Amino acid sequence: MTTVGATTTPLGDVTNARRLVDLVFRAREFGIVVVLAILVFATASIESRFLDLSNVQFILVDTTIFALLALGQTMVVLTRNVDLSIGSVLGLSAFLSADLFGHHQGIPIALVFLAGLGIGAGCGLANGFLTVVGRVPSLVVTLAMLYIIRGIDVLVVGGGQVVASSLPNSFIEIPKKTVVGIPVLAIVVAGVVALGAYYLRSFRSGRELYAIGSNPDAARLAGIPSGRRVFTAFLVSGAIAGIAGVLYAAKYGTIDSTAGSGYELQVIAAVVVGGVAIFGGSGSVVGAALGALLLNTILSALYVLGVSPFWNQAIAGALLLGAIALDRGISLWLAAALRKRRTHLGA
Amino acid sequence: MTEQQQPVLSLEHASKAFGAIHALEDVSIHLYPGEVHGLVGENGAGKSTLVKILGGVHLPDAGALRIDRREVVLKGPAASRDAGVAIIYQEPIMFPDLTVAENIFIGRQPLRAGRRIDARGMNALAAGMFERLGVPIDPERIARGLSIAEQQIVEIAKALSLDAKVIVMDEPTAALSAVEVELLFAVVETLRSSGVAVLFISHRLEEVFSLCRRVTVLRDGRLVLSRDLAGLTGDDLVRAMVGRDLPERVPQDQNIGDTVLRVERLTREGVFVDVSFEVRSGEIVALAGLVGAGRSEVACAIFGIDRYEAGSVTVNGKPLRRGSPTSAMGTGIGLVPEDRRQQGLVMEMSIGRNITLASLSRLRRMGFIRAAAEQRFARDWAARLQVKFGRLGNPMTSLSGGNQQKVVLAKWLARRPALLIVDEPTRGIDIATKAEVHRLLEELAGEGVAVLVISSELPEVLRLADRILVMREGRLVAEFGHADASEETIVAAATGQVEQAAA
Amino acid sequence: MARERVRSLVRWEVGLVFALAAVIAFGVHSSPQFTTSFNVFYLNLSIGEIAIMALPMTLLIVTGEIDLSVASVLGMSSALVGDLYSRGWSMPLVIGTVLVVGAVAGWFNGFLVTRVGLPSLAVTIGTLTLYRGIAVIVLGPDTVSSFPEKYTNLGVTPLPHTGGYLSYSVGIFIVLAIVFGVFLHATSGGRSLFVMGANEEAARYAGIRVKRTKLVLFTVSGIVCALAGILYTFRLSTAVQDNGIGLELSVVTVVLLGGVSIFGGRGTIIGVVLAIAVFAGLQNALFLTDFEQRAMGVVTGTLLLLSVLIPNFSAFVARGREFVRRRGLRADGGEPAVQEAS
Repeated sequence: MTTVGATTTPLGDVTNARRLVDLVFRAREFGIVVVLAILVFATASIESRFLDLSNVQFILVDTTIFALLALGQTMVVLTRNVDLSIGSVLGLSAFLSADLFGHHQGIPIALVFLAGLGIGAGCGLANGFLTVVGRVPSLVVTLAMLYIIRGIDVLVVGGGQVVASSLPNSFIEIPKKTVVGIPVLAIVVAGVVALGAYYLRSFRSGRELYAIGSNPDAARLAGIPSGRRVFTAFLVSGAIAGIAGVLYAAKYGTIDSTAGSGYELQVIAAVVVGGVAIFGGSGSVVGAALGALLLNTILSALYVLGVSPFWNQAIAGALLLGAIALDRGISLWLAAALRKRRTHLGA
Repeated sequence: MTEQQQPVLSLEHASKAFGAIHALEDVSIHLYPGEVHGLVGENGAGKSTLVKILGGVHLPDAGALRIDRREVVLKGPAASRDAGVAIIYQEPIMFPDLTVAENIFIGRQPLRAGRRIDARGMNALAAGMFERLGVPIDPERIARGLSIAEQQIVEIAKALSLDAKVIVMDEPTAALSAVEVELLFAVVETLRSSGVAVLFISHRLEEVFSLCRRVTVLRDGRLVLSRDLAGLTGDDLVRAMVGRDLPERVPQDQNIGDTVLRVERLTREGVFVDVSFEVRSGEIVALAGLVGAGRSEVACAIFGIDRYEAGSVTVNGKPLRRGSPTSAMGTGIGLVPEDRRQQGLVMEMSIGRNITLASLSRLRRMGFIRAAAEQRFARDWAARLQVKFGRLGNPMTSLSGGNQQKVVLAKWLARRPALLIVDEPTRGIDIATKAEVHRLLEELAGEGVAVLVISSELPEVLRLADRILVMREGRLVAEFGHADASEETIVAAATGQVEQAAA
Repeated sequence: MARERVRSLVRWEVGLVFALAAVIAFGVHSSPQFTTSFNVFYLNLSIGEIAIMALPMTLLIVTGEIDLSVASVLGMSSALVGDLYSRGWSMPLVIGTVLVVGAVAGWFNGFLVTRVGLPSLAVTIGTLTLYRGIAVIVLGPDTVSSFPEKYTNLGVTPLPHTGGYLSYSVGIFIVLAIVFGVFLHATSGGRSLFVMGANEEAARYAGIRVKRTKLVLFTVSGIVCALAGILYTFRLSTAVQDNGIGLELSVVTVVLLGGVSIFGGRGTIIGVVLAIAVFAGLQNALFLTDFEQRAMGVVTGTLLLLSVLIPNFSAFVARGREFVRRRGLRADGGEPAVQEAS
């Protein structure tokens, strides 16, 4: 029968197509780093304060919380869902866990973290249950939970707040610890993100998250336990938000009922900017974490350059819109380019 | 392959009916290891029902399925896969964001220490499979952007990785170019020589002859023949597929008038090229051809659902704006689409509202829908087309396929179109309703409407059409008048074969 | 027509009527003041803007889209009212300008959804942030409260000839509800919305201009939310950057509670009106019991969940019953004749 050549085949220019597609997808992370570098360089040359050690540390610590949240959100978004409740979960966990110090003097810090994780996991469990078993779209579930959990937070906090002075020093020191100038927290979270990335790449259940978002019907046909995977994704997202809440408490010390308000929007912006498709199926946690870093750096740069912080929210919104529009443009362009290659050869 | 060999798959005396439609009646087929077996038959002959039974989607009402001599009851697609049967559908289902290797192995990737995915091993396995098949697809590339041909190869690789003993290919070549078809043939030969049984379903008879050793012909749900191809000619096959007495052609009053639709050099890269024809008032023109020839795409382009890149469409002498269904409807064009449930109807909506869907402008006064008038209108048209229903308010899901199609027709006829394009008017409809629909179309033409019928059913084409246009691979390749048309000549033009003896 | 659907919808609305009765009973029980004109007027005030914004939201959800930016458009409009007026613009000019800005904001949403092809959920999450951000930029930390009494009276005096029960905002709502209701249920344009939401492809094949219609709907939503923002500002006689924050939840809740399907293709204005009454009554009754107002979110969120869970639950039960029935048969002989046989 017919023999076929190695690189140029009737099936299309194989290596070129692959290179093109992969380049576009891997380019995202590279692109963020480039933009980040340019941004840092440009800002520092205008205002050298930007590269002060304390400022860099501040950015990094601030990013850790968002990077953690981005990790959980990525897992959820990959499956074509969304978790809008993480800001409220963070706030509830921050208050409740910090409050433990006041009621139980000398409680081990690890236990407090565990408590935060538990609170978050409980919320994630509810989200997962309602989405998977209740068959309610995750948008509606997590939007409702955003307000329910915030409301519970308000009721629990009452008119009070937790004040930094009531928290043990060893706890407050956590975000301040550094190693050769780099905050320990940043290193730890970077490690966690790396672990998350490894899991998503190297374990079957991780790959199945991508499959579910890429083609939910095919996933079911292939026998993938979609319900279980989505449920777990929400559980993890909630648990991470719970831990992030404890970190928030350690960082800010004073917590009232507005802690974490609006965080979910910033995290979604970070995740989308970081290249995670809003419809699921593709993207990486590394990209999402980089997106969080980029967003935080932008906000910090604006602050240092004297731009009023009142612009922050508008800019975050514009970035989110820009990122989704950009992604859409890229996928359209890619589809057209691939189509052109095919008709050129196959016909 | 010897005569003493046992069949790897046997379907014995299988029957399957859907309500009043007998899709399969007493059909038996045996597949032997290492053979490529052709399955041939017109639309409605029962091929896809057979495939769905093999794939575990349907359970036969009667008859038995044996795999390796043991009777099996396939409770679903997973059971079919486990039994060693793989179905490659025309539109493969893939995960566009995963790599090719992952598409093959998702859910069962090879593991190394600590339950981690052995990516290198997985990619090597996939590469090995592609090497065996003789097709260089990079297992590490993303599935998005793969051509249909490549997707099919990936599905085949997946089937092989599941140790499939039987691979069913449902019209695999419909969307492929000539070069891609050759490649697929090479792959099929490789499969065959490694002992897999391949059931090859195709309308393209020359492919069946070059690839298959045995063939099974179905007609109207029944088995016509199942034997070696040696000794058969293409004409024999066509006759077996079609072999019925040609229906009495009702002599038609030739009150054919002026040109209503003129299509000139319509082109859309890769879909249809340089298509030109015209339809006159009172005329029924049929557009025949194989699935994938581009007929429905031409219809959608005329109606404005899709765009075209070159060429023009003129209605009653005036050029028609491209890409605007509203403009098309404004000039009096109606389109009864191919996919009844997805494109022609709103299934959750009531029968009455579906009928009036395209006529609301006529039923309103100052923007408001006149409810009583709407009711009367819907009832009127339902009666005219003899739609059998309970109440006008019942949802579309309560109707049979034939009555659903009548509702789609009613929707468009209610607009009194100047040109009606009907895509597969009687697909999936029982015989009685089929006849009614045919009569309807003939009446329409009698009243001066220009009718363009797209159909894959030859008797229908021959019965209805004053002129028959045949498309193949995007081009118009033949035109027959009512006198010189026959099933054989149409099939010959559609499949591109003139006279063929078995290989 | 559409008997089957009417039957299920009527069941929902009847349920809402019962819920309303229960809420009124609860209200009367929690306070003798519940039915006074003073309290009802106050109830009107608290729900007016939400009710108004729920109308275009209903239309959008029926077509299968959603607009989460409504409260931010309200906030942005409110901020603009404060800012422009404090610059000395005349009030009619301010109102006109703000309505135009609202139209542009809505149009932008629609543009991104229909022309760029982005999912409305993601787009309106983005514009929710963007428009609120613009509100923040416009007003900063400032508060504008020196509005002429002629306008702020809207928030204090009830509509004349209504016995002191109805507010201007609810009066406007009633007029708009009639307009939207008639449009949705009695015109071909409204009918096309249901078709689009149920099966967008079939709508296109029937000649319905899906993209253009959705663009118009988003623009209308923007205008209406701007109007709500103006009313809100006058009612509070204050323009501050976080006006209206979080209201999108109440708007979505009220629409879904009204029986509009989140998946599109079904719903009635009557249902939404009833749901608004239930929601407002509940909120008000709770207020009279000294319920912590800032925790109202718990109630609203729960209502939102319930309004989607309940129809799912009946489908869930139906699925369970079907599953049990199927188990009894050997072959899956329950296929309706609509199967494609070839």
